[in-house]
Amino acid sequence: MTIAAATHRTSMGLDSRKMAFWAFIGSECLLFGSLISTYLVYKGRSVVGPYPHDILNIPFTSVSTFDLLMSSLMMVLALAAVQRGDLKWAKVWLVATALLGIFFLSGQVYEFTSFVREGLTLQTNLFGATFFVLTGTHGAHVTVGVVWLLTLWVRALQGQLTAANAVTVEICGLYWHFVDVIWIVIFTVVYLIQ
Amino acid sequence: MQQPSTDEHPVVQHAHPTAGVYLRVATILVILTVIEVGVFYVPAFHAILVPALLLLSAVKFTLVVMFYMHLKMDSRFFTFLFGGPLLLGLGMTMGLMFLFGAFALRR
Repeated sequence: MTIAAATHRTSMGLDSRKMAFWAFIGSECLLFGSLISTYLVYKGRSVVGPYPHDILNIPFTSVSTFDLLMSSLMMVLALAAVQRGDLKWAKVWLVATALLGIFFLSGQVYEFTSFVREGLTLQTNLFGATFFVLTGTHGAHVTVGVVWLLTLWVRALQGQLTAANAVTVEICGLYWHFVDVIWIVIFTVVYLIQ
Repeated sequence: MQQPSTDEHPVVQHAHPTAGVYLRVATILVILTVIEVGVFYVPAFHAILVPALLLLSAVKFTLVVMFYMHLKMDSRFFTFLFGGPLLLGLGMTMGLMFLFGAFALRR
């Protein structure tokens, strides 16, 4: 079922903001594609340790993965709440999503610092260089997402978030879910396939 | 069904799934993640580790994109905007791995 709205229309009948954002997400696919390619190309070519199987902590990263998956669920529930005009629950789900994002980032900071303590830095070997650039770029994206979510939450607290401008939450959701799918790939390619 | 509009180019928005669908997808995603970690730890699966993990990852990726990012219900043009670069990136990855000998046969 479809509804008609009267704002930001294109000749294709699509919301121009969503169209622009999907194009941006497409470009992000190429950015992460190049970083994942670089990681895979240099995989197993480090001449000094530590190597992936020496330091990657699968149980810890599994919890981070579960956390990010749950944050995606919170995000869609926030969007559904905004779309039905339920501002109270929209605020709850938005801040829950942001908190889960902060929890993920805290885990990444802990992981990075423990790796550095164990002797793996950007300069140590090819694994260190490609691992930190790939996961660090992803972490930077999560940080942007958390700031965006908190901005929307503040707008909701101020009563500026309504069903009429639900597309702003939808676009933030697209970004957040994209960050999630990239982590799904990183978790498999970097952590599980060693 | 599209409501009548007097606009020449009305913005078409598609209805999104219900909270129940979102919860079911989340449950499947969690189960698939548990299976992924299980496959990693169970030695019996090591022979099929890489294809199994790639398949599970692809299913999770598709579920999030189809249901949480609403590509299943939204305009096919968005699928093109996302799918085109995604396939290009995938092709680039495979091409680079081939060029750098990742697929070379080992004796």
